[in-house]
Order: sequence, then C-alpha cells, then structure tokens
Amino acid sequence: MQTHLLAATATTSTSRTVTITLFLIFVAITLAITIWASRQTKTATDFYAGGRQFSGWQNGMAIGGDYMSAASFLGIAGLIALYGYDGFLYSIGFLVAWLVALLLVAEFLRNSGRYTMADVLAFRMRQRPVRTAASISTIVVSIFYLIAQMVGAGALVSLLLGISGDSKFLGLTAGAAKVWTIILVGALMITYVVVGGMKGTTYVQITKAFMLMIGAFVMTVLVLAHYKFNLSSLLGDAAKQSGKGSAFLEPGLRYGVVKPTAIETFYSKMDLLSLGIALVLGTAGLPHVLTRFYTVPSARVARKSVLWAIGIIGVFYLFTLALGFGAAALVGGKAITAQDKAGNTAAPQLAQELGRRYLGGETGGSVLLAIIAAVAFATILAVVAGLTLASSSSVAHDFYANVIKRGQASERDEVGVARIAALVIGAVAIALSIFAQSLNVAFLVALAFAVAASANLPAILYSLFWRRFNTSGAMWSIYGGLTISVVLVFFSPVVSGSATAMFPHQDWHWFPLSNPGIISIPVGFLCGWLGTVLSKENDPAKFAELEVRELTGYGAH
Amino acid sequence: MTTEVPAQSSTERYLAVQQSAEFGRLRTTLRRFVFPATAGFFLWYLVYVLLSAYARGFMGVKVIGNINVALILGLLQFASTFLIAWFYSRYAAQKVDPLADEIQAELEREGVK
Repeated sequence: MQTHLLAATATTSTSRTVTITLFLIFVAITLAITIWASRQTKTATDFYAGGRQFSGWQNGMAIGGDYMSAASFLGIAGLIALYGYDGFLYSIGFLVAWLVALLLVAEFLRNSGRYTMADVLAFRMRQRPVRTAASISTIVVSIFYLIAQMVGAGALVSLLLGISGDSKFLGLTAGAAKVWTIILVGALMITYVVVGGMKGTTYVQITKAFMLMIGAFVMTVLVLAHYKFNLSSLLGDAAKQSGKGSAFLEPGLRYGVVKPTAIETFYSKMDLLSLGIALVLGTAGLPHVLTRFYTVPSARVARKSVLWAIGIIGVFYLFTLALGFGAAALVGGKAITAQDKAGNTAAPQLAQELGRRYLGGETGGSVLLAIIAAVAFATILAVVAGLTLASSSSVAHDFYANVIKRGQASERDEVGVARIAALVIGAVAIALSIFAQSLNVAFLVALAFAVAASANLPAILYSLFWRRFNTSGAMWSIYGGLTISVVLVFFSPVVSGSATAMFPHQDWHWFPLSNPGIISIPVGFLCGWLGTVLSKENDPAKFAELEVRELTGYGAH
Repeated sequence: MTTEVPAQSSTERYLAVQQSAEFGRLRTTLRRFVFPATAGFFLWYLVYVLLSAYARGFMGVKVIGNINVALILGLLQFASTFLIAWFYSRYAAQKVDPLADEIQAELEREGVK
C-alpha cells in the first residue's frame, strides 16, 4: 500500500491538473517577462550581460537560480534519502566551491572581461587560437550539463505526471511523454534565450529561485515541525526507518565504500576524494556561472552578488538536509526506490506525504506534490536557459566575432549570430538528449564539473595571477585538461565494465575511478605550466595592463 | 577629449603603475587575505573529505543525541564558508577598495587608454 502510494495517487486528476496548471502559469509569467525583456534588449551588452544593471541581490538570486539545478534539488535530496550522510557531501562541496569564485575569480573577471570567459583568457594572448579553445571547452561543458538537465526533465515527467508502464496521458505513452517533455523544455529554453537574452533569462532565474526557496522552506518547516524542531529525533527516525541504523548517519554507504579487497577499497576512497575535489574546483570554471558576473555594474557588486549567492545556496542546502532525512523517515527508502531507483523523486514524494498529513489529507497531498513538481520543472528550465545563453554567447562573441571576423563584426551581426547559435545549440541539445535518455544524469553533471575544473579553471587562474602565462600555456591547459578528463571518463567504470555503466555488457575500462578529477585537474594545471615554459612568448606590458585593470577596475566595461 | 596629453604612452603608463609602490601595496593587501584564505578553506575541506574516507569511527561518535561528529563537521563547513565570505567582504571594503579607488582615480585623471 505504502509502496505504491505515489503511483496510485499521482495519477489522480487533481494532482495532474494542479501540476499542469501551475507549470502553465510559470510558463505564462516567464514568457511575459521574456517579451518585456526583449523590448529592453537593444545592444550587445543588453543581450549578453543584461545591460549590466542588476543589483547585488538580484544577481545573487539569479546565480542561485542558475546553479541550483535539478541535480541539487531532486538529486541531493534523493541521495540523502537513500544513502543518508553521503548525500550531504555533495551539498558541502557545491557550497564551499563558491569561495573559489568569491576570492579568486568573480571580481577580477568582472574587471577585465566583457561578455565571456575567453575575454579574460585572450586578454594578453593571441586572440584566435585562445578564443577557439575557450569556445570549444565552453560548448563541451555546457552540452554535457544541458543533456543532464534535459534527460532529468524527461525522466521526471513520467513520474510526476504518473505516466508509467501501459498507462497513457493525453494518448501519450511514457516513452513518448519523455520525448515531448524534452522537446517542450528545449523549445522554452530557446525562446527565453533567443527572445529575452540575458535580461529575460536572469528574471526567469530569479523567479525560479524564489519558487524553489519557498517550496523547500515550507517542506523543511513541516518536516521539522513533525519532529517538534528536534533535529536529533528526525535523524534517529530516519536512521531507524532506513534499516541501516546509525551507519545511515555516517559517511560510507555511497562513497568510499569498504569493498572485499584492499585495492578496491583504496580505489573507492580515492573516488570519494576525486569527486570532492572536482565539486569544489569545478564551479568557478562553469561558463554559465562566469557570465553571470558580467551582469552587474561593477566588481564590487559582483562581490556582493556572490555573497548573496553563498547565503541563498547555503540555506538551500541546509533545507535539502531536512528534506533528505525527512524523506528517509516519513516516506521510507522502499517507497522511494519503488518509484525511482536513483531516488530522484524523494522530494516530490515527501511533499505528497507532508501535504497528506498536514494540509488536509489526499487532496492536500496532491496539491503539495503538484506544487513541488512544478517547482522542479521551473528549476530545470532556468538552468538550461542559463547554459544555452552562455554557450551561444561564446559562439557569437568568441568564435564568430573574434575568430572568423577578427574583431570586425558589428554588434547587430554579433547578437544575430548569438540568437542563431542559441537555436542551433538548443536543437542539438534536444536531439542528443532524446538519444541519451538512458544515460546516468549524475555522471553527466560530474563530467561537466570535472572538465570545467581541469580545462577552464587552470587557464583562468594562470591568466589572472601568473605574469609569465602565454598563448601556448592557455592552449595546453584547455586542450590538455579537456582531453584528459574526457578520455579518463571514457575508460572509467561509468562508461563500460560495470552494472550501472552506459554500456553494461561491454568492458574496455582500465581507469578505476568514476570521477577523473583527482588526476585530470592536476594534469590540467601541469599542462598549463608546461605549455607556458615551452614557449618564448612573454608580454610584460600586456600583463601590466591586465593586472592594473583586474585589481583596480580601471577601464572596466 | 582630455586637454592634457599623457607624457607617456598607455603601455608605459600601465607598466609604471604596475611597478609603483601604491600598486604593490594594493596587490599585497589583497593577496595577504585571498591566498591564505583559499589555502585554509581548501585544506580544511580536504581534511573533512579525508576524515569521511578514513576516520569513520571518529566521524560516527555521537555528540548530542543522534548528532554525530560527521554532521557537526559538515555543518562547520557551512559555518566556515559563511564566515570566510563575510570576513572577506569586510576586509575588501575596508582595506582593498580604498587603495584600488586611489589608483583608479589617478588613472582616470590622466585619461590613460
């Protein structure tokens, strides 16, 4: 009975109608914002950087909306619900990562760049090779991340609308519903970006961040109220219901698992370390995070916006702790895995249970489930829009304007190309996502973080802080970091040679870890150093200009 | 626009500013906070991840009711992140920003391109 609770009631028309109505309201509001934003979008600065007029807290909320993806909301709550403490490790890594952005990247990038990451990397280098490399790594990271979000949306819809097995909805089977969801999400994200540019996208992200924070807050209060605001009894009940006892509250159920042989245990613990490092160093190299720093008037506002973001994201991850343990205690691991093996529906299931208990029985349960489901879709939409915008900006500004046109393109042409690029990247992401539906979502996100940390972060830090860094070093670090991380993942157990792999029946893996970070990030830094010292190019005058601008804000766009 | 013609080319001016004592002070003041803070939070995070991997017994020790060392250390990671961010914003506003403003104002007066 308990096990099929969601499957049974989610198909009730109340829940479906509420989910669809709320989602349509969100879409209507965001489309209205987008059309309004398009009227305010006249220059390239408007399109790429939202006119640089957002305030610290607006941009902080938008950063939260850009960053708190479905992986954060549904994924982490699910991991905590199923594996207890280990899910919390993700929250910590994702939050601590913002200190890298705050202390080493945000202000300097804002002072010395214009629209994209490559503006800073190419500042004192030969433009064409460096911008090409930066554009390629931007697109690779964004596409992996986009596919992860869209596949996640497809998988969610059938669960949240209760379409599974033979049941149909509007004449659609579960498979068809997934494909149509991916297309719908893709079409909306293209519309936000092409029509609304950075202004439209930013307001969509702010709206989503509000919805997500309110939804998570209400659920957290209900969970805590259930346990009379006693954290210890919530944890105790979660541990008891999980059937794993106090091990549920300790590290080791999911990551760094103790295996039969010493070498397997060693690899498992290295994998934990590798994941931890990739999470912390990846954030400050994510293109859609970096472009957000250009949407404010100055480096000081960029600093303020990161402070806001740290506050919002930190509080949200504290909520996920209550949501995850709450789902473990009130819904139970069995009911969660019956609905979704990866635990991605733990948060919506918890919403249904809380609504049923505290908001007036089955109807209340359906309504709260529907609200949280709509929040989850809003979450995905805001993140994919940010990713599409960052990658199309890089195609237009770096590749078209500076590589092909050698800096001679008009603003109008550049923005036109950005809109076409958004359409093309969006279409490619839709097509790839439809084919990639069976891929593990967490793997794609982890890969995006690993590539960002191995290819982008070394180049950014060397550019900002190392006098000697040059074109050759930038190329080596980007291509080297990109290649090593993709190659190691390809030969890792997530692609072949394990039951949960992309190709479970084949085995060509030789790299023992599922996350490449612990090897690929040092290799990325090493490549940047080696490429630099192997080339004689050295321009102290250009570095002087960069350093003076990045630290003082003189001449900032 | 500017009536005053810069005595040096912009390139030379940037080099001169970069070599100046004022700019050196700005760079040192900033790096004195940013680099140790980065090293500090990164090491502290690594210690936490390593403890999660290798000191499971210690992490499992219950402190108050069901709240164990692992959860407390995790929450301390949140606390240290908030604190470092807050300290940095205060430090930057009090110590770094005035130095940056001074140099920026000087460059603007000269109209360096």
